[in-house]
Amino acid sequence: MSDQIQDMHGHADVAPGDEEEVRVGPRLLGYVVGLGLAILLTATSFFVAGTDLVWEPSIPVAIVVLAIAQMGVHLVFFLHITTGADNTNNVLALGFGLLIVFLVMGGSLWIMSNLNHNMMPMDQIMQMQR
Amino acid sequence: MTDATLAFTQADPHNLRGMQEAVVVHEGPAPKRIVTGYGFWIFLLSDIVMFSCFFASYAVLLGKTAGGPSGAQLFDLRSVAAETACLLLSSFTCGLASIAADVRSARWYQAAMAATCVLGLTFLALEGREFASLVARGAGPTRSAFLSAFFALVGCHGMHVSAGILWLLTMMAQVFAKGFRADIMRRLLCFALFWHALDIIWVAVFSVVYLLGSAV
Repeated sequence: MSDQIQDMHGHADVAPGDEEEVRVGPRLLGYVVGLGLAILLTATSFFVAGTDLVWEPSIPVAIVVLAIAQMGVHLVFFLHITTGADNTNNVLALGFGLLIVFLVMGGSLWIMSNLNHNMMPMDQIMQMQR
Repeated sequence: MTDATLAFTQADPHNLRGMQEAVVVHEGPAPKRIVTGYGFWIFLLSDIVMFSCFFASYAVLLGKTAGGPSGAQLFDLRSVAAETACLLLSSFTCGLASIAADVRSARWYQAAMAATCVLGLTFLALEGREFASLVARGAGPTRSAFLSAFFALVGCHGMHVSAGILWLLTMMAQVFAKGFRADIMRRLLCFALFWHALDIIWVAVFSVVYLLGSAV
């Protein structure tokens, strides 16, 4: 193996995307497992969206949950962002990123639905402006 | 002050009481590979934050079709499934390329990168065909707020994939010309992170834009 990975193992941090494991077999297995899980979750997602076997109001929730699960699979098996002690910096950065993402998306949806709820229907506003 | 306390004070001037072994070991700066990878990870997270703004605008404008066609009438889920398969497999072959680079196998590296490139180009071709058919049906980005948000979000992801393919070809050429040098390996680490992150964003795109968008 490379001297760099040796160097990395002597140190306390791991770069995002780097793996603890250096042998080919287990690394390959990691990607195969990740691909298998991702295919399974994607197929379930497409199946749930097109089926009438599932109670209809639960479908959007199921799709969102499956998407979040698949993103987790990608993070762990492809980007190697894990909860290991050497990965703390990467996980902290990810946590901050996710906080901003939820603020932006949740905040937008909340505020806009509130505005829609409180606003007069458009035709009445047009009449008032005449 | 007795002699005993004086001796004790001098032997342990900082009052550590046997904790001298817990003193912090200064290891110096982190290796360049870790600094580079971490910096690129921060960039990717900021890119994801930018995408979240596009997702938020799409979610807000989902029903605002201005009398035009809605997602359920426009989206072809079979084509989306094919695009998803391409991108997912390309993420896998990109992982194979990073393993091949770590064991310094130029042949396997070039083969895996070429497979990644072909899958990425197939994805772009499918997406281009979808956009062309939408525009031909009069459902271009100017038709409604919903379609503007759709083209902005999916087009932004497509542009990232295009840039990724240019980067991929550059990395193939650099490894061919310069071999697995330390700086090339750092660039490869960043490229692999970028490509996997694009796949994560695509997971959100096919779930939120296509599957949820055609349910509404």
